[in-house]
Amino acid sequence: MSGSITKAGDKRLGWLRRSLLAPYVWLLVFFLAPFIIILKISFADPLVALPPFTALMDWSATGLQKIQVTFDNYLFLFEDSFYATIYLSSIKIAAVATVLCLLLGYPMAYFIARQRPGRRNLLLLAVILPFWISFLLRVYAWVGLLNNRGIINNALMALGIIDQPLPLIYNDFAVYIGIVYSYLPFMILPLYASLERMDLDLHDAAADLGAKRWQVFVDVTLPLSAPGILAGCLLVFIPAIGEFIIPALLGGSDTLMIGRILWDEFFVNRDWPVASAVAVVLLLILVLPMMWFQRLESRQASGSA
Amino acid sequence: MNGASNDMTDSNDSIFEDTPWLDPDATPLLEIQGLSKTYSGRAAVDNVNLAIYRGELFTILGGSGSGKTTLLRMLGGFEPPNSGKILIDGVDMTAIPPYERPVNMMFQSYALFPHMTVEQNVAYGLKKENLATAEIKDRVAAILELVRMPDFASRKTDKLSGGERQRVALARALVKRPKLLLLDEPLAALDRKLREHTQFELMNLQDELGITFIVVTHDQDEAMTLSTRIAVMNEGRFEQIGTPGEVYEYPVNRFVANFVGTINLLETRVVDAADGRVSLSCDATAKELTAHCVQTPPVGSRQWLAVRPEKIFIDKEAPKSADRTVLKGTVLDLGYFGNLSIYRVQLPSGTVLQVSAQNRRRTAKRTLEWDDDVYISWDNASAVLLDE
Repeated sequence: MSGSITKAGDKRLGWLRRSLLAPYVWLLVFFLAPFIIILKISFADPLVALPPFTALMDWSATGLQKIQVTFDNYLFLFEDSFYATIYLSSIKIAAVATVLCLLLGYPMAYFIARQRPGRRNLLLLAVILPFWISFLLRVYAWVGLLNNRGIINNALMALGIIDQPLPLIYNDFAVYIGIVYSYLPFMILPLYASLERMDLDLHDAAADLGAKRWQVFVDVTLPLSAPGILAGCLLVFIPAIGEFIIPALLGGSDTLMIGRILWDEFFVNRDWPVASAVAVVLLLILVLPMMWFQRLESRQASGSA
Repeated sequence: MNGASNDMTDSNDSIFEDTPWLDPDATPLLEIQGLSKTYSGRAAVDNVNLAIYRGELFTILGGSGSGKTTLLRMLGGFEPPNSGKILIDGVDMTAIPPYERPVNMMFQSYALFPHMTVEQNVAYGLKKENLATAEIKDRVAAILELVRMPDFASRKTDKLSGGERQRVALARALVKRPKLLLLDEPLAALDRKLREHTQFELMNLQDELGITFIVVTHDQDEAMTLSTRIAVMNEGRFEQIGTPGEVYEYPVNRFVANFVGTINLLETRVVDAADGRVSLSCDATAKELTAHCVQTPPVGSRQWLAVRPEKIFIDKEAPKSADRTVLKGTVLDLGYFGNLSIYRVQLPSGTVLQVSAQNRRRTAKRTLEWDDDVYISWDNASAVLLDE
């Protein structure tokens, strides 16, 4: 009797253990494997053929004939200052947009976290609601709003506030609006999570010990929500840096973002190896600081223990 | 903690040294006048008046929902009252925010800042006073010494045990040298052994520093051992304010009698009353009872005769002394607690009374067993007469 129970338990545990592998399988199939393919292409030469790049390894009947690896694509990225400019400009746009999201999102998350539970859920739903509509459509809707003959300019002109349409679209300003609008929920949700579970006694205790309201915020609320701030910033910054749709639809010709360059290299120039190198460098720009940061954190954690 | 002892009252050598609330000339440290707080139409604190004197360890005792925590939070400045006043040393504090009140609070959850070390936690309140770094350092070191936590200064607070956290929280509040320290269920999070120990520590600290403590608790044992005075709170009001002895031995109503300790209540009707003695008819005992009283109740009125279990004597033989109430019954149930035994004795009417007796003699064999016929009796002076 008891034996059969443990057996069933074992079986269920085994199933659980296997299901825990699912995220790893997911990462392997949809992230690591494509990345290795991209990495492979980035070391190849472009070719007018299908596929449009040379093979790294030359196989014949007798086996591996030769391995042909080229670093030309990477050298090209470093030699042409155009790419460095674009990387820097992408980082700048993503960073500014992240800061804007934080400044907007923090008060919103704080406000939601301090509501009654029923109202809290309603407000959270409102934050998530835009996700029910296609991302592309939502960004495209901004074209209708910001256009020279869009809703905003028309309304302002009809009211007589301006007589020339404001340059609201096809510039960096529109890109910032697009990114902040699209990624704000990714900032709000982790911030909300860290603010909501914060013990309110801590705020009272700080006030009791002589802290004014802004001091309570600076000394207690802000440091304790640091994990939420970090998570929110990463969730906005990482996708924003490689964003393609927003600069493509709302940006001007002088809006330089790496997502658009990638598109151009792949689809206009059909230079897959250079495009792959661009993607790999972008990944390194994102991953290396994060790895460094994580090491710093774990060292700090073990230091205080 | 030099200087703290200067806070003691100036009326040190009066006969009211230990009982300033009896001194007609004493000025209270804290005065609460007609304080009320309503939450969505329900009164959490209902027109409360209270005066607390310097050096007191005052306990507010009540169950959950009695309004005790709301009252404490109003004293700390975390909740604004709907009406009424809070005066400290004669100064109106009602509209003063918490960070400007000469009051500190120890929270039930202790509310230690998890991102700071023990030392940083304790120093926080002093930093907000913009004191010199050297003075902050000295005061923090002194208070950590006082609560016997000097070796923990650089620890993160999440690495501490419950008792250690409690002491850090206490140090963090005391280091500010408040006029009034509020403690919200200070011992609730500790296990039993530690609680008893900490109780005495708390009393010693309070005695040493001369800071006035207000403790909120639901635990009557805690209230009994700690306090100079207890206020029993129920539904937003004080049912009784008095010393532990007064509240226990002279409860003013059935709520207090039941809430503080265990008590047997017999419903009676007044038959005759004269010279501080009352004759009562009682269905439960099927005989007339006699009780002493201070205020003579009207004849015919309904009264409850209240007797504490330890005031009842239990034996197989009938006691022969004057002015005692003697009843016959059988042992329905008994519980052995080592130091004492608790008996539940059923009267012929079916009513059950609880009796507790010290186990004075060392004997492995019980002298009284289940279903034994026994006599229970009490001195008529040790029963209390309560109306509604």
